[in-house]
Amino acid sequence: MLEIKGLHAGIDGKEILKGIDLTINAGEIHAIMGPNGSGKSTLSQVLAGHPSYEVISGEVAFEGTDLLELEPEDRACKGLFLAFQYPVEIRGITNAYFLRHALNARRTCEGLEELDPIDFMDLMEEKLKAINWDDSFVNRPVNEGFSGGEKKRNEILQLAVLEPKLAVLDEPDSGLDIDALKIVADAVNQLRRPDSATLIITHYQRLLNYIVPDRVHVLVNGKIATSGGSELAKELESKGYDLVKDPALVNQ
Amino acid sequence: MPAGLDEDVIRLISSKKDEPEWLLNWRLKAYRNWLKMKEPTWARVQYEPIDYQAIHYYAAPKQQKLESLDEVDPKVLEAFQKLGIPLEEQKLLAGVAVDAVFDSVSVATTFKETLAQHGVIFLPFSEAVREHPDLVRKYLGSVVPPGDNFHAALNSAVFSDGSFVYVPKGVRCPMELSTYFRINAASTGQFERTLIVADEGSYVSYLEGCSAPMRDENQLHAAVVELVALENATIKYSTVQNWYPGDEDGKGGIYNFVTKRGDCRGDNSKISWTQVETGSAITWKYPSCLLKGNNSVGEFYSVAVTNNHQQADTGTKMVHIGKNTRSTIVSKGISAGKSQNTYRGLVKIMKGAEGARNYSQCDSMLIGDQCGAHTVPYIDVRNSSAIMEHEATTSKIGEDQIFYCQQRGLSAEDAVSMIVNGFCKEVFKELPMEFAVEAHNLLGLTLEGSVG
Repeated sequence: MLEIKGLHAGIDGKEILKGIDLTINAGEIHAIMGPNGSGKSTLSQVLAGHPSYEVISGEVAFEGTDLLELEPEDRACKGLFLAFQYPVEIRGITNAYFLRHALNARRTCEGLEELDPIDFMDLMEEKLKAINWDDSFVNRPVNEGFSGGEKKRNEILQLAVLEPKLAVLDEPDSGLDIDALKIVADAVNQLRRPDSATLIITHYQRLLNYIVPDRVHVLVNGKIATSGGSELAKELESKGYDLVKDPALVNQ
Repeated sequence: MPAGLDEDVIRLISSKKDEPEWLLNWRLKAYRNWLKMKEPTWARVQYEPIDYQAIHYYAAPKQQKLESLDEVDPKVLEAFQKLGIPLEEQKLLAGVAVDAVFDSVSVATTFKETLAQHGVIFLPFSEAVREHPDLVRKYLGSVVPPGDNFHAALNSAVFSDGSFVYVPKGVRCPMELSTYFRINAASTGQFERTLIVADEGSYVSYLEGCSAPMRDENQLHAAVVELVALENATIKYSTVQNWYPGDEDGKGGIYNFVTKRGDCRGDNSKISWTQVETGSAITWKYPSCLLKGNNSVGEFYSVAVTNNHQQADTGTKMVHIGKNTRSTIVSKGISAGKSQNTYRGLVKIMKGAEGARNYSQCDSMLIGDQCGAHTVPYIDVRNSSAIMEHEATTSKIGEDQIFYCQQRGLSAEDAVSMIVNGFCKEVFKELPMEFAVEAHNLLGLTLEGSVG
């Protein structure tokens, strides 16, 4: 589904990603861990096409299409979703209105008919039920006046409605208390489908107790230092990132 | 009639309209006042000096009709479509001869009959002068005197036509006086005069203008609108203004110098202004309320959008005279391109205005880094019991906000349109339903191309 080859990218002339290779298949959950400043968020922004970041070299293929050629909105329409680390506020626009337009943009790309507000509300209800959430967010303005934790949950609500093929979750756990963390993790697990994939970016192993990844990659200084199964995350938790800085410690 | 202005020109305008002696004298008095006045320069707008002697002050309405919409400027048609204006209305607005399906005359007649049943008078100004001279004479100039300001004096001397509304005691006007107006919108003149009188206990909602782009060969527009609300009466006046703003370099746009004022003359009366200003090269406009009656209420809800080289200096005046008078000001200024957008407002609490209250909120939004937003609030309080609140914010549409929307599948332009519409929501909810949708689309259209 996603194939990254030799990706070098940066911001303001500074190279941050120094050769990333990563392949994610349909049905898989991958986690990227790594210390602060290792380039985790840069990777998510580059995948989504943030205009401030520049790609120096390398390739990213998403279902066979050259992702880097596409505008951010076209990447979204192809089924790429980014849950933002810092979701922005849009004053005066309700979540329902925003999401209906987002979903309709996607449906238009796929040659489907747009949903009218009534059909959309039905769909919304169905999606909320699937993840066991109530509708308290639906008619609030997008992230306006939301607490940090509510903003994170709102990203997951959008994920549920938009049903992307590839979801990149950029630190979905930061700032969440343990109850909210479980709610988010449960929703992500509920949304798992054989034809979709998820890439989770996180500092902490804690989230991965609830969402068990198929593969864990450790990003250090712009490169994937090591990869492994879900047990790698636990190992990191006990030994810290020194583990990957000293390759001799791995798998001891 | 040649270009230029003197007393003979005014006499000629008046005689062409078969006006009574008193109105001619009223015009002449205004003209003599105007001669002594200076064009105001305090607004934050810049333009080449206007040669008032080069303007034609009387032109018979043109009756040239196009055969079909195919003859209309494709850009105008594209705008109609994006605004969602029905096909038959598009024809009317573009000056295309209308077929039998939607006969404007018969529609107008139906409206007239309904209004007549309720005793509502709604006539072109010149007709009202002929049919209801006493009413017109009683109220004309009673809110905006002929010598009020330079532009109003000029309008008083040479006004071409406009609308007159009178709602009798206790009558709730059965329809928005808007649909009807739109049908007649093509005849809007250069120096319009509008007078609306709501008698005791009556209610009227009036909508001026339309969201379709309006072109006019006359560069200078100086209109006057007077509203009078007697005891327990309410007037809601909504404007959507989209005059031609000029090309991308700012050439050829319309100068819009408007004097709008409402007089809450009776106790418990209310006047509410809502405006969406997207057009014109220059907008100079301060819809105001004189809160004379005790417990009277003044409201001003405004969205002013400027792009490219447009300049807008707009706001309101709330003058609290009666006891327990209340006013609300909500102003949203959006600047893009190289435009300048100024909110200028005065809240004045007079000595006798015991218990007056004002709430003002002025929000500015910037798109890009070459435009300007300015807020100039004047507050003059002469009664210590007054309660005043003022809030102001300035924000910038950020790359991150647009990117967030794009990541959800919206184009950059749709993102800007959505963000701006959310910003203006508090004002849009004051608009009559039928125009809220158009205003929404209009905002997107005005800001097209404002993000790289």
